[in-house]
Amino acid sequence: MNRTLKIISLILLLATVGTWLFSGANRGWTKTSMAVKTLDDVTGIEGISYQKKFMPGLDFLGAGSLVALALGGSSFFFRKSKHSTKTN
Amino acid sequence: MKLMHHLLATGLLTIMAGTLQAAPQTFDFKDPKGVNNAVFKLDAPLESINGSANGISGTVTFDPENPAAVQGKIIVTTASLTVPNPMQNTHMHSATWLDATQFPQITFEAKSLANVKTMESVTTGDLTGTFTLKGVAKEIITPVKITYLKDKLSARVPNQQGDLLVIRANFTINREEYNIQPGQYEEKVSPTIELYLAIAGASPKP
Repeated sequence: MNRTLKIISLILLLATVGTWLFSGANRGWTKTSMAVKTLDDVTGIEGISYQKKFMPGLDFLGAGSLVALALGGSSFFFRKSKHSTKTN
Repeated sequence: MKLMHHLLATGLLTIMAGTLQAAPQTFDFKDPKGVNNAVFKLDAPLESINGSANGISGTVTFDPENPAAVQGKIIVTTASLTVPNPMQNTHMHSATWLDATQFPQITFEAKSLANVKTMESVTTGDLTGTFTLKGVAKEIITPVKITYLKDKLSARVPNQQGDLLVIRANFTINREEYNIQPGQYEEKVSPTIELYLAIAGASPKP
């Protein structure tokens, strides 16, 4: 149990940091849409529309890391399983 | 005698045509292409919020021969204000911030244009008008750039003849003056809001 929790916490931490990094390392809040600008040739106005896109922010990074650390920390409350060895 | 009549009729027709051409035109700002937008920026010490609104409508009367006489009203639907963060979006529309249910429209009503300078199709000046947000109306003066695009509507909307009017303006308001959480959360939500408006209106010809 102890070892399993530590592995899960490590995987969660890596997944959180990896997702945040590879999706642009957004240092703001998590965004679920992205502004897309299109230029109107006739008027010269830049139109703005929103496309759905998940961009994890620092809140996502913090929450994921906290859960990972909590899991890792809780592993210390479980004793290491003892392997009994019989000697003659 | 006949020649006199002919000359008089021609003269009258010319004057009438001139009058018709110089008459103020009404431009509708409900954009079928959905390009019209208002951008807002709030730059607080801890957080920067950028968003836009595309629910724009209204009419403006503009006379190319007398640009200073520009008048009209531009309406922005409060619910169309969008920021990329879903929680911020919900908060922004809620009763504690913009209260989009009770105050569904943000408006600007143009009254007069001063310091008018016209170069070809572009007119610049200082536009005075009433800006209404969250039920609070205040008179503001904003620099404005108006571009009159004669016969350009067909380039934008096929099979429709007419003119276009492009209005660009940017100004800053203080949210405290419009009763938007005055004195609250100033570290995260800037007390000043920068507004950028870029809109095009159409005046179709039959």
